[in-house]
Parts: sequence; structure tokens; C-alpha cells
Amino acid sequence: MSNLLTVKDLVIKAQVHHPGEKPVAVTIVDKVSFTLEKGKVLGLIGESGAGKSTIGLAALAYGRFGCTITGGEIILHEQDILKFRGDKLRQHRGGQVSYVAQSAAASFNPAHKLDDQIVEVAISKGAMGRTEALKYAKTLYKKLGLPNPETFGQRYPHQVSGGQLQRAMTAMALASKPDLIVFDEPTTALDVTTQIDVLAAIKDAIREFNTAALYISHDLAVVGQVADEIMVLRYGKMVEYGSTEQILYHPKEKYTQQLVAVRSVFKEEKPRTKAEPLLKVAKVTASYDGKVKVVKNLSLELEAGHTLAVVGESGSGKSTTARIIMGLLPPSDGEIFFEGKRLPPKLKQRSKELKRLIRMIYQMPDVAMNPRHTIRDIIGRPLTFFFGTRGKEREAKVIELLEQIEMGADYLNRFPAELSGGQKQRVCIARALASKPKLVICDEVTSALDPLVADGVLKLLMRLQKETNVSYLFITHDIATVRAISDSIAVMYQGELVEVGQKSKILSPPHPPYTELLLSSVPEMRMGWLEEAISGRRMEAAGN
Amino acid sequence: MSLARAPLSAKLGLFVVIFYVLVAVFGPFVSPHSQSEIVGGVWEPISSKFWLGTDNVGRDILSRMIFGTRTTLFIAFLATSLSFSWGILTGFFAAVSGGWIDQVLSRWVDLLMAFPTLIFALVVLSIVPINMTTLILVMAVLDSTRVFRIARALAADTAVLDFVEAARLRGESTLWIIFREILPNTLTPLIAEYGLRFSFAVLFLSSLSFLGLGVQPPAADWGGMVRDNSLGITFGRTASLIPAAALAILTVSVNFVVDWLLDKTSDIRNQG
Repeated sequence: MSNLLTVKDLVIKAQVHHPGEKPVAVTIVDKVSFTLEKGKVLGLIGESGAGKSTIGLAALAYGRFGCTITGGEIILHEQDILKFRGDKLRQHRGGQVSYVAQSAAASFNPAHKLDDQIVEVAISKGAMGRTEALKYAKTLYKKLGLPNPETFGQRYPHQVSGGQLQRAMTAMALASKPDLIVFDEPTTALDVTTQIDVLAAIKDAIREFNTAALYISHDLAVVGQVADEIMVLRYGKMVEYGSTEQILYHPKEKYTQQLVAVRSVFKEEKPRTKAEPLLKVAKVTASYDGKVKVVKNLSLELEAGHTLAVVGESGSGKSTTARIIMGLLPPSDGEIFFEGKRLPPKLKQRSKELKRLIRMIYQMPDVAMNPRHTIRDIIGRPLTFFFGTRGKEREAKVIELLEQIEMGADYLNRFPAELSGGQKQRVCIARALASKPKLVICDEVTSALDPLVADGVLKLLMRLQKETNVSYLFITHDIATVRAISDSIAVMYQGELVEVGQKSKILSPPHPPYTELLLSSVPEMRMGWLEEAISGRRMEAAGN
Repeated sequence: MSLARAPLSAKLGLFVVIFYVLVAVFGPFVSPHSQSEIVGGVWEPISSKFWLGTDNVGRDILSRMIFGTRTTLFIAFLATSLSFSWGILTGFFAAVSGGWIDQVLSRWVDLLMAFPTLIFALVVLSIVPINMTTLILVMAVLDSTRVFRIARALAADTAVLDFVEAARLRGESTLWIIFREILPNTLTPLIAEYGLRFSFAVLFLSSLSFLGLGVQPPAADWGGMVRDNSLGITFGRTASLIPAAALAILTVSVNFVVDWLLDKTSDIRNQG
């Protein structure tokens, strides 16, 4: 069978504007080649900046703002699409090749009904008339497992769930009967329990309609479920290219091996002692508007030097729990105890000493640091504020903290924008630990980081815990992280505690239905996992 | 921010602004006559003796322009600076505090803004004695409502970011949050806004003087000079066009500089 798509020596350059310097052209995709047959799926995998999305968009003969395709060929149906101009190019985009973006919520126009948006491309490309297109859309809704396919399209984007919207976007991509679909991280923004359904729907649809697909993701386990072949990319260059089986089970390159190895961090669970817990949350209920209870009757305990992981999907109330403990949202009922004493519910009522002892690290290090402050000021401020340390003494302490997070004095005068994502999060950790806290609340601290970088940050957190005996309340949706770092686990669902206990107890069966759903939804690094997981389900995910 | 790479319009604008400032500061020392001295006939044309001619009572227009530049720029500068200090402080305070403080301040500003500015100023200035202080205060109070709105909007955007929450959780004071966390992140648009409001202040002062409620004679200022000489237009005398042109050139120049500053916003070192 002949190839549908052939990409030969693709080179894409971008204008990079380093602050204070003249713009320079940087090669973001360097001589990448691959072929794709009809009905096959190629997975493109790599961390941020690997060039995977750029390659995906190049299949639509499109370069993002500032990017130019400077070399190579992209041949679809024996025609070089990079030479297309005007009408021919318009016909190609959306007609022969379509695109599914990461955020469906941002890609649909909230003012139009789903039907109108989904059939629009098919009609404008002349593939079919409106009546026929609407009929075809209903077939697609049915194939993608959307509820009430007859009337689904009559809804507006905000009237359906995130998982449904992502499937609706897949329907939009399929509506013009394209030869190739580019999926750009289609499940990354979804909860794990929803991701699995969308993944299954996408996989079925690709098989059913015999289209080819480029599936872009940073998550190798996800790509492993849908792709026939996988290409591993790093810094715009191909690292390894082979069948899914070869990449997952016999990776040749060291980088691929690291990706397959998932987590290299593992912490032995510390047994519970009889000691009084450092933090005790007793039957806390809270709401933002006084009506809807976001957290209901929550009780948790955390010992000194231990890590308690709070797991759950979006809307489970885990971040609200952090806000309650920090004093940003006073509970309407229940109490919190810190070192055996009742913690005042409002931040304003808490002493400076309490603020020093309870600190927080945020999910997005980019916005957690003032972009106009230097690293010296960011780490040094808590030292001055809580201990009155100034001048040379402060400078020495800041350098000491920088060394603790495996950075050094060279970084003192830098601004946050001049650091990498992992370094930014390390600086945030140093800022939190500067005040010598006893409890640090980590709110999804590794979610915005690439897997290998996240690994490094987790290792750092665990080393610092050993050195300083600090306790972590670790909020996350990622089960792999929970496995790696926690001593005890609390599972939350729609504001309520499903179960809480030592790690070994929570992670071994029997589980309550929700814990089982959550655990079974985490993609595993092996082929055939998706089918097994779907067939073994006992509970429907809330996103459906 | 390199001036060498700035567009021609910005260079031109900056040159004009600097020239005006130099005239305002040093002009009166080299001015040929004083501002109120009658030195010639009525509306004498441009000559080697009177470089810009004479006005409706025979005073040297060049000398009056020089003194007028000083008066106009001085009042506009003080009024704008004052309105910015008030506007930024109250605007930031409203955004950071939120709740009823924000409501009270915002509604108060709404109330002030409900009156057309010029009419409001005319009413106030016809009650209070007109002198430099009252003039500056009235202009500053009225202008600070606009600054309040912009400062509040800018601060509200920044105040929701995690680093402000981090500062709050640390227990930092409201003043620290306003001046150390928020101000540095809103400075560039505020500087640009300062330029714009300054040129509006010049225009506003000139309007007041034109209507007789601004700078009082015999002190010279541009708006007053346009009014004094406006009758001359009927006789083909161009004396009133000279202060008008000075106004127009300054306003355009300030806008050129502001445009360049705003363009530069995306380009500052720590904005990546």
C-alpha cells in the first residue's frame, strides 16, 4: 500500500526574540522525516519545545506566528502541500487534513450551536450539502458515543461537558471526511476518568472511518494506546522512530528509556506513630457562595515529616481544601488544628508566626513569582520579613538556599523569565522553605512541568523533607506522583472524602468504586491497556 | 530601551518635548521683554524687532509665548503629577482591598465623572477664588478620576495573580503589595498614560483660560493668548494662531512619544 503522507527532511525555523537582544532564527524542527499509510496512526511524543505541535501544524501547511517552514517536503496524495497557495491551500486545510486542538472549550464559538459549527467546514469545502452534512454529523455523534445523537448538536458549547466537547471537536474534524487528522494533545486538559472515554472514542472513530492520524502528546502511555507507530522528539530532532511495540517494550535510545521508565522516584511509606498530628482537619465544610458546599465534612490528619497526598479530579474540592487550610476561605463548619492548637479560620486572625510555619507552593511558577523581582529578592524577602535578616547575612542565606535547590549564586540577579520551568518551580520551593515552615501545601506543583523535570522537582522535595522534617500536603490529580511521594492518601470526589489512609492500604484492593475508577483510568505503559480498562469498568465517569 | 532604534516620529516628539521644557525652564532668562510690558503698537506684524509680532495691546508675543510656556507646562505638570499620585494610590487601594472599600471609592469616582469635566470645573472655579493653587487642585481632582479607573483596572488584573496571593499569605501589608508587587508590573502603561493625561491637562488648562477662568491676566498662558487675540482673525491678524500652533505641536509630540513607549511594553527585559 502506498503512503498517504510523506514528510521528508522537514526544517522549521522561528524568530526568537531574547529580551534585550536582536531576534535570531532558531531551528525548532530539524530534518524530521516520516511516512504514514492510510488508516494508520503515528504518535508524536516529546516534552514542551520538542517541536511536535509545530510538525502537526506543518501537515496543514501552516506555520504558527513567527515560524517559517524553510526546508523539506510534505507530500500528501503525491502532491507537495508546501507549494499550495490560495484556493488550493484553503481546500487542503480542513478538507483533506483537519485539526483537533487541545482546548475544545477555547476552540468552539460560544455563540453558535454545535451543529452549525461542526457542519460548517464540510459545507464550505463542498464535501456535502447542509441536510446531508447534518445527517452525517448525527452518525458521527453516535460513533463517538455522545448522548442523544439526534439532539446533541442543538446544544451550545457551554451546555456540554469538557469530555463531550472534545469528542464534538473530533466530530468536527471528521465531518469533512478528511484523509488525515492531526490530534494535538486532545486529552491533556481532561480528567483521567474522562480522558479514557475520549481516547476510546477517538480510537474507534479512526478505525471506523479509516483515516490516518498524527497523534501528538507528551504522555507516552496515552500515545501507546492509539498509535501504530511512535516518533520520539526532543529539541526539534528525532530521537527514535519505530513501531509502538518496539518503543514501549524495547526502546533503544536512553531518552526513550527514561520516558518509558515513568517515575524513578519512590518513597517508602513512613508508618503512622502515636504522636499528635501536626495538622488536623476536623469535619470541615466550606462554600464560596454560602449555598453550594464545595467541601463537605472533610477530616484529615498529617504527621510531622510526613506527606499526605490529596487526590481527585477537577471539581473534587482539593484546591479548596488548600485554601481553607491557608486561611483564604474560612470554613462554615468544622475546625482545623495545627500543632494541637485551634487554627484561626481567617488569614487576618493568624499570627505572623503561624504564617511563617504554613507556606504554599503553587501550580504555575510563572505567575507565582513577581516578574519584576530578581531571584535574590524573591528568595530573600521571606528572610527579611520573618527573621529580619538583611545585608551580607541575607545574601549568604539566599545563596545557601539556592545551593539547596541545586542552583547557585549565578542566579541571584536573574529575573523569573530568565529561568526554565523546572528552575522556576525550584525557586518557589526555596522561597517557601526560606521561612523554615513546618507545613508546606503543594498545589499541583508538578502538573505544569515535563515528566523528567517533574521527577527532578519531586526528588528535591523529598530530599528537603528528609533534611528539614517538613510536612507536605500534596494536592494532585496524578496517581503516579501520589504513588511516588506519599505516606498517606486522601481520595476526594465532588467535595467529599471517599477514603483516607496509609498509601499501602489505599492502593491495594478492595477499593470503593470511585477509587477503583480513578486508579483504573490512569494510562499504563503497555499496549492493550485501554481495551482492558474500558471493559473492566464498574462506574461511569462524571464527565459523561 | 534604546533611543537610537526608536522610530523617527518618537525622536521628533522627544526633541519637541525637550525643547518645550528647556524653554519653560530657561526661556524667561533670555526673553527680550517681560510678559506684561507694552512695547509696540497693536498687532504689529512679524519683524526683526518683534520676532513673532505684537498682541492686541502691543505686548511682544515671543516674550509672552516664553512665559506662557512656563505657566502652562508648570500647571499641567503639577496637576497631572498630583492626579496620578491620587489616582494610582486610590485605584490600587480599591483593587487590592476589594469589598466595600472598592465600592465606595468606585461609586465616588462615578459620581465625579457623571458631570462633564469642563462644566464641573467652571462651576467650582466661579465659586472659589482663582489662583494657581485652586486651578491645580481642581484639575488634579477631576483628572484623578480617569487615572483611578485605569489604575484600578491594571491593578485588578495583577492582584489576582499567584504572586500577590503569595505575598498576602506571607502577611505583607497592603502598602507593600501596592508598591512592591503591583506597581512595578503596571509601570509601563502608567507612564504612557501619564504622557497622554499631561497633554490633556495642557488642553484643559488652555480651555479654561480661553473661557476666562484659567490663568488670570496679565500672566501669559497659551489658552488666554488665543482668546486675547482671537478678534484679530477678523482683521487678518494671525497672532492667535501662534499659541494654538504651540498647543497642537506639543500634543502631537507627546502622543508620538507615548506611542513609542507603548510599543516598547512588550519588549522590556523581564517580560520575556
